[in-house]
Amino acid sequence: MAKDYIIDIQHLSKSFGGVKVLDDINFYVRRGEFVTLLGPSGCGKTTLLRQIAGFIAPDEGKILLEGKDISGIPPYERPLNTVFQCYALFPHLDVYDNIAFGLKLQKVPPKETEVRVKKMLKMVSMTDYEDRSVDSLSGGQQQRVAIARALVNYPKVLLLDEPLAALDLKMRKDMQMELKEIHRKMGITFIYVTHDQEEALTLSDTIVVLNEGKIQQIGTPTDIYNEPCNSFVADFIGDSTILNGTMICDRKVEFMGHEFDCVDEGFGENVPVDVVVRPEDVYIMNHLEGSQFSGKVKSCIFKGVHYEMFVETDTGYELMVQDYNAFEPGSEVGLLIRPNDIQVMHKERTCNTFKARVSDAEHIEMLGRHWECKVPEGCAEGDELVAEVDFDKVELLDHQDDGRLAGEVHFLLYKGDHYHLTILTDDGDHIWVDTNDIWDKGDLVGIDIAFGAIKLSRSNG
Amino acid sequence: MKKVLAKAYLYFLLALLYAPLLFIAIFSFTESRVLGSWTGFSTKLYANLFTGGMNGGSALTSAVINTILIALIAAAVSTLLGTVAAIGIHNLKGRKKQTMQLLNNIPMINPDIITGVSLFLLFVFLKVSQGYATVVLAHITFCTPYVVLSVLPKLSQMNPNIYEAALDLGATPAKALWKVLVPELRPGMVSGFILAFTMSLDDFAVTFFTRGTIGLDTLSTYIYADARKGGLTPELRPLMTLIFLIVLILLIVINVRQEKTKKKYSK
Repeated sequence: MAKDYIIDIQHLSKSFGGVKVLDDINFYVRRGEFVTLLGPSGCGKTTLLRQIAGFIAPDEGKILLEGKDISGIPPYERPLNTVFQCYALFPHLDVYDNIAFGLKLQKVPPKETEVRVKKMLKMVSMTDYEDRSVDSLSGGQQQRVAIARALVNYPKVLLLDEPLAALDLKMRKDMQMELKEIHRKMGITFIYVTHDQEEALTLSDTIVVLNEGKIQQIGTPTDIYNEPCNSFVADFIGDSTILNGTMICDRKVEFMGHEFDCVDEGFGENVPVDVVVRPEDVYIMNHLEGSQFSGKVKSCIFKGVHYEMFVETDTGYELMVQDYNAFEPGSEVGLLIRPNDIQVMHKERTCNTFKARVSDAEHIEMLGRHWECKVPEGCAEGDELVAEVDFDKVELLDHQDDGRLAGEVHFLLYKGDHYHLTILTDDGDHIWVDTNDIWDKGDLVGIDIAFGAIKLSRSNG
Repeated sequence: MKKVLAKAYLYFLLALLYAPLLFIAIFSFTESRVLGSWTGFSTKLYANLFTGGMNGGSALTSAVINTILIALIAAAVSTLLGTVAAIGIHNLKGRKKQTMQLLNNIPMINPDIITGVSLFLLFVFLKVSQGYATVVLAHITFCTPYVVLSVLPKLSQMNPNIYEAALDLGATPAKALWKVLVPELRPGMVSGFILAFTMSLDDFAVTFFTRGTIGLDTLSTYIYADARKGGLTPELRPLMTLIFLIVLILLIVINVRQEKTKKKYSK
């Protein structure tokens, strides 16, 4: 029932200058909920928040507030208020007048205004500051005033755009607790934007993980942490080791060259999967009895509460392990992962798939280039085919000019014994590559695909 | 030694700059008709100035009033136009912004005489009868770019979110402009106004070409005509001294204000 949702976002899309910033966004917010939009910078989370606030009009889709579409309503008529990243207090007004700004516009009687402003000042622990100029306040104090200025209007939803990003760590932790307390006391729905996964896990009832304009996963902090639905979420939230694996049958998965019991079912038999292991879930011991596999400690760093170690397993994979005890680098250890702690995910893709078109008996056109390859018999010029290229058959070259295609390293994921890269070509196509070489995000690369690496088949319609 | 030389040079320069002004100021306190001869201390010229007891007194008074009125109207209107234009330019991006800033700067570099003649031709072409209105229009034309130039830096100093914050708190765009943007831009608008006022005050070329033939005189055209008749009216000496003093005071006020805001921001 849509009626239970205070905010319901349906098929929202937005492009800037031909680049899709948000792509078919759908989610809802329950009344009184604390929802966080989480994602790396440039994922579209702020654009999404600004559309809810009304500063940007969506290209497509609807934003429902209590069942009514508010897409066409200007920001000053929406019963929502925003806390901006850089506070955006009015420098020519003192603290009191900043907070009273909205109430004065609504023509709330002065007596009531005073009562409400004082109540808000108390709520954000700024009682004695009402006559102070906002320039004389510290960053944390300014943020409190900004929160009070928004909440004093009793908005139906409070929108917060990375409100704590400019504060130092200690201050941020304190403010997180206070925000949570304010949320509990006021009972107002919060929509919170952040790139800080720890902040999202601490504060939220529900987290919406965004990347490249698309929703990756929606769930409670525990769900998102324990059961990430794809390798992006697993990598972005918390520390993890992501590995290639094979689901042998129900409750049995193979990875790092060993077979493990797990709790996942329904993947089918011998299906390639991604496996996520959290470093705190790996048991490490200085004897081999009772262990599933062995390894050698490569490095050990003290992290305050625990030690973080990288262990090279007997089968040559690198695994991150966290434990309260330190194990000397070089020592032989036994390792164990319990069935409950193995998170198995469907692979989004097992090879690159491109559209191809036959140009002659020995050439095809693919990714806007001509490639030499074996065209299946019976194909005529102009036929549409599907080309598949394995991840490890794509060659990356140091210089953009050396390759048939040029691109940029867009995202990288360490998979225990190799890197899985996402390359964004200059034409805007994605190519996924497995490599042992070390690349950095943003590296410019040339791309080539060897003769014989392209497998062609008839497209299904 | 080096220091002494440097200082001497500085004082020499200052003396060169201020000698004419000082000269006029000193000789405003004597009654002599010819500039340069001292006939004893007197404040009679000042008295004449205020009572109008001199040759062609009413013409000078009306020229002063015209000058001030034209300057006030031109400064007020160009402050309004310039501020709106500055907000528009500020919100442009990339190439368009650069082009608009360039187009704004050209009239300021353009020699007054060319501005004056082109406006004269334009008014003739449009068959607008020239007089008070055309002078005011012409002054607004050349003052507005100066206002744009003094408001633009205030806009880039401003937190870009505060306009949106006002909208978010329920202010319509007009109210947000009035309650948030204008108070933020006020220092820039005030300096723009003062700049426009002084530009209009001392303009000769543009006024000369756009005042038509109805006998409208501002201070500068009056003095020009007066000098051509042979010999300056002696009462102009105290008048110029007073104008100089007023400008001096205005300058000091602007500087003190700037110091204050600087202190406020550096705190």
